[in-house]
Amino acid sequence: MIARTRPAALRAREALGEQYSTLEQQHTASELGMWIFLATELMLFGGLFTAYAVYRTVYSAGFAEGSRHLDLLYGAVNTAILLTSSLTMALAVRAAQLGQQRALMRALAVTAILGLLFLAIKAAEYQKHFAEGMVPGLAWTYQGPLATQIELFFFAYFAMTALHSVHLGVGVVTVAVITVLARHGAFLGERHTPVEMLGLYWHFVDVIWIFLVPLLYLFGPSS
Amino acid sequence: MDGVIPVRVHVVVWLVLLLLAGINLGLSQLRLGGWSGALALLIAALQALLIALFLMHLRWSPAVVRIIAVAALLWLVILIVGTLDDVLTRGWLSAPGR
Repeated sequence: MIARTRPAALRAREALGEQYSTLEQQHTASELGMWIFLATELMLFGGLFTAYAVYRTVYSAGFAEGSRHLDLLYGAVNTAILLTSSLTMALAVRAAQLGQQRALMRALAVTAILGLLFLAIKAAEYQKHFAEGMVPGLAWTYQGPLATQIELFFFAYFAMTALHSVHLGVGVVTVAVITVLARHGAFLGERHTPVEMLGLYWHFVDVIWIFLVPLLYLFGPSS
Repeated sequence: MDGVIPVRVHVVVWLVLLLLAGINLGLSQLRLGGWSGALALLIAALQALLIALFLMHLRWSPAVVRIIAVAALLWLVILIVGTLDDVLTRGWLSAPGR
């Protein structure tokens, strides 16, 4: 109630939480917290990367053969989409910093659409695996000399890409929420921090994909 | 991070990222075998570094934030190396009775 009667200059200062001395200190606290969260996320994906490393070492022939059964085109197109979405996300952060509401909303909307496009292409790729009978546990009909090893490769492929897609889905939903909130003029100027933290998450998910491509798609064809 | 990063920097980083992705894709078609997996991961690491430094602003972040990023990477290395050193050296020593 008091806040309503305060002059605009004082209300603007409330962007600073009372436990902080300066906006910079507040920003560093958010950044630090987000990076610690991302460190735990790296451990989550790290478990899968480690499992992949072990099985690829032990069953390298089957993993190379399994990798050749993936369609490079899906991987390449999705890489371009995700890298571009990281550009639009970075531009959204910039627009928020500069207080440009329309540019912020536009950049966020494009980011969310690119994220959805990635997920749609991923879904089409999954559908192809189902049609080809290369889904371990659900639709596995592949027969061949290295069938069990290839099945293990596809298990790793599904575990890693599905966990990544879930993260991207969470990112898309959060970007959509932030876009709606930005409509009401939130996140501009000194209040841009939430957009920047969302950007950190988005770029992290992008980095995970950048490593999934050589491990899953490029390994077979190159060896 | 106080300053606002110019659009030009973002676009250049984006183009380099696309270029590196293209190079990685092209290299896989050359069937270099042997070290090609390590080379592909090296290029991916370069992409990740560009994203971390410029898009995730680590280049301008305070030291305390950078330490977390480096520590996260270090934990990952410990996890993978600590697991692989077991897998890769299992056959080196013969246990009695085997």
